[in-house]
Amino acid sequence: MSEQEYYIPNGTYWPIVGSIGISTLFVGFANLMHDVSWGGSVMALGFVIVVFMMFGWLGQVVNESVSGTYNNQVDRSFRWGMSWFIFSEVMFFAAFFGALFYARALSVPWLGGADNNIFTPELWSGFSATWNQVAFSTPGTVLQSGVEMSVPTTLVDTWGLPALNTALLLLSGVTLTFAHHALRAGHRDQIIGWMVATIALGLAFLGFQIAEYGHAYHDGLKLTSGIYGSTFYMLTGFHGFHVTVGAIMLTVILYRVQKGHFDDKNHFAFEGVAWYWHFVDVVWLGLFIFVYWL
Amino acid sequence: MSTVVETHDHGLHGPAKGLTRWLFTTNHKDIGTLYLWFSCLMLFIGGSMAMVIRAELFQPGLQIIQPEFFNQMTTNHGLIMVFGVIMPAFVGLANWMIPMQIGAPDMALPRLNNLSFWLLPMAFGILLSTLFMPEGGPNFGWTFYAPLSTTYAPSTVNFFIFSVHIMGISSILGSINIITTIFNMRAPGMTLMKMPLFVWSWLITAYLLIAVMPVLAGVVTMMLMDINFGTSFFNAGGGGDPVLFQHVFWFFGHPEVYIMILPAFGIASHIIETFSRKPIFGYTSMVYAMSSIAILSFVVWAHHMFTVGMPLAGELFFMYSTMLIAIPTGVKVFNWIATMYKGSISFETPMLFAIAFVALFTIGGFSGLMLAIVPADFQYHDTYFVVAHFHYVLVPGSLFGIIAGVYYWLPKWTGNMYDETLGQLHFWLTFVSVNLTFFPMHFVGLAGMPRRYPDYALQFADFNMIISVGSFLFGISQLLLVFIVIKSIRAGKKAKPEVWEGSGELGLEWTLESPAPYHTFTVQPEVK
Ligand code: HEM
Ligand SMILES: [Cu+2]
Repeated sequence: MSEQEYYIPNGTYWPIVGSIGISTLFVGFANLMHDVSWGGSVMALGFVIVVFMMFGWLGQVVNESVSGTYNNQVDRSFRWGMSWFIFSEVMFFAAFFGALFYARALSVPWLGGADNNIFTPELWSGFSATWNQVAFSTPGTVLQSGVEMSVPTTLVDTWGLPALNTALLLLSGVTLTFAHHALRAGHRDQIIGWMVATIALGLAFLGFQIAEYGHAYHDGLKLTSGIYGSTFYMLTGFHGFHVTVGAIMLTVILYRVQKGHFDDKNHFAFEGVAWYWHFVDVVWLGLFIFVYWL
Repeated sequence: MSTVVETHDHGLHGPAKGLTRWLFTTNHKDIGTLYLWFSCLMLFIGGSMAMVIRAELFQPGLQIIQPEFFNQMTTNHGLIMVFGVIMPAFVGLANWMIPMQIGAPDMALPRLNNLSFWLLPMAFGILLSTLFMPEGGPNFGWTFYAPLSTTYAPSTVNFFIFSVHIMGISSILGSINIITTIFNMRAPGMTLMKMPLFVWSWLITAYLLIAVMPVLAGVVTMMLMDINFGTSFFNAGGGGDPVLFQHVFWFFGHPEVYIMILPAFGIASHIIETFSRKPIFGYTSMVYAMSSIAILSFVVWAHHMFTVGMPLAGELFFMYSTMLIAIPTGVKVFNWIATMYKGSISFETPMLFAIAFVALFTIGGFSGLMLAIVPADFQYHDTYFVVAHFHYVLVPGSLFGIIAGVYYWLPKWTGNMYDETLGQLHFWLTFVSVNLTFFPMHFVGLAGMPRRYPDYALQFADFNMIISVGSFLFGISQLLLVFIVIKSIRAGKKAKPEVWEGSGELGLEWTLESPAPYHTFTVQPEVK
């Protein structure tokens, strides 16, 4: 096949397995929310199918790539695809950041009578709207328009674990870049060293994040802590999920490095995962500034 | 990776046999066909819901169904038409035509393509199944405003949320594929500014989709958390705000309406140049107009929310930005007219639909401008005037664009001409009934008839009767389209490669034989 000819992959059953897996997962989840007894098991089954599909599909792609079936055009297609996928992830986080900014800059002050809401002080005398403990005065569990809300005693200290985590994650970006340079220079041992360091930093980040959640939860900062708790846990939670996925992908790449799948020019999978890791890094900077710090 | 091993397998030659052809296919034509038939099926499901609505509204008073069920019908009609008909039909056309128009053998990521399609039947299966659950399906309108869709929603809302998630995944993967194809698979010599306008329109649409579908996923995730896990995104009791829902939803929603019209712009441009026998007037300005529409569409979303009590500065900003979009839209309309000016026009069915598209879409654009005026919108908001506006842009706009495209490219797909007489009949039935249905909605809307109610005041009775009659005629007429398509698949006058007189000059797809071979271009064509 010359450069003027195109590469067309053969048909495969993995996509339809994936579609069935994703649907099973969601149907199970919805039934779980409805307290249907089999909801949880069906959801787990869906998850297993999705993981199975990932192994099967990506395994097939890896085999084809290693056996030299692909050409440069396929490589470029993968690159475009990964970039736009990351862009879509950016927009997903943007929705939650948007919610945070809107609530913090507009709707919470409005609740407290800012702008033209002159009746608020009349109707709710003594009410003062603050961002962290919106609408509540005393810590503990309060009933707010029929819903139980948890009022935290203290908030997470910015310059404690979050600052440490920032350092860890930024460092992991650096070690990953070193791994990339080593890959280009063809030093397999160094790549492995830097990759292990990156994964270890990522796992340390996750460990501290879990510890921080433990403290916060103990102090009463929960999903049910009003809009502050909602945005706090949704943003950091989705980020933590992405770090987890990123760490798993890095581990797979480490395994493939050991297998000798990459050479100095041909290593899209490595770069794709590296882009993803840097993206997760940048999101964390946003979190650190807007959720923990300001 | 330049050393390449030849792989021979059935995927490279003809289609596989039987059901597995459709389940495992990675062929852009097969997947395009699947998308188009799926959207056709959904058109009739969503259409029957509209018929239920119009039967109930034929006369004032409650005759046929209960208000609760009426709400489920309006909600599901809207969701199905938007996500199940217009969007998949455009994706189907993209799958069929983009590789042929840019000289590629297939889409860039064919396996992902299969996944994008097969997620859709699952998503709609889940959505429709809720209608048969004891509590009934979603009943909060296709815009699912909180707290109607959170605090006061039927518990089946969880199924709705997940079905939206699956549709979102499908759209995002599909769009990634389309962008990648356009950037990476063009034949040598086809620079960006030589790309056919349909390809351009889809490049911009796919960009919009990747930008806003994740936001939709975000907003339904917030709903999920509010409903099941006690967060307060849309609950003022915890410092959240139901209006936040509307902001996030419409940040998705307004680009979404352009997602539903841009590909139709592309199709109309091709058809008008073909049947006017003149190249499109102002190609460059067409590209710039579409790009500026796409950019502006991110900063107009709150024109759907003029009545929620935004600060005055917000109202003014969104009013002016909305009006600004009318400028690039006007550029496109003038270009289409200028293309027809002094052309030697013939009126085959695709051209009839394309001309009707230009005329009637413009009516929808004008009512949009009226709605963009804040003080006027205070009056029009949530009346049938809004319903008239968006049906004019979506039915004789987007749907006519799709139908025109189907007639235009059908001979290329099937190798047979469609029955022109029946096509003309289909056009005139559709054209008359669409206006009969949607034009009177302007009048009852301006007179104050609110949308989304199963009953109305007596003075609206006559117009509503006309609307209902028109809508039934419209619904029945579409059966004719299905008949015409099937007839052309089975038999008909053999189509030449260029199908339409002189179209051979206009695009790579017309250099291929009819029907186009299973794999379009296995060797790169040269574009000069
Ligand atoms: C000149 C261009 C346009 C302008 C100025 C415009 C303006 C508006 C405004 C101000 C509204 C809000 C009305 C209200 O709820 O009070 C609206 C609603 C709507 N428009 Fe447009 N529009 C334009 C084009 C389009 C196009 C091209 C589409 C789709 C193909 C579209 C689809 C819709 C839909 C679906 C709604 C109603 C959503 C709902 O509340 O259910 N519009 N438009
Ligand atoms: Cu809009």
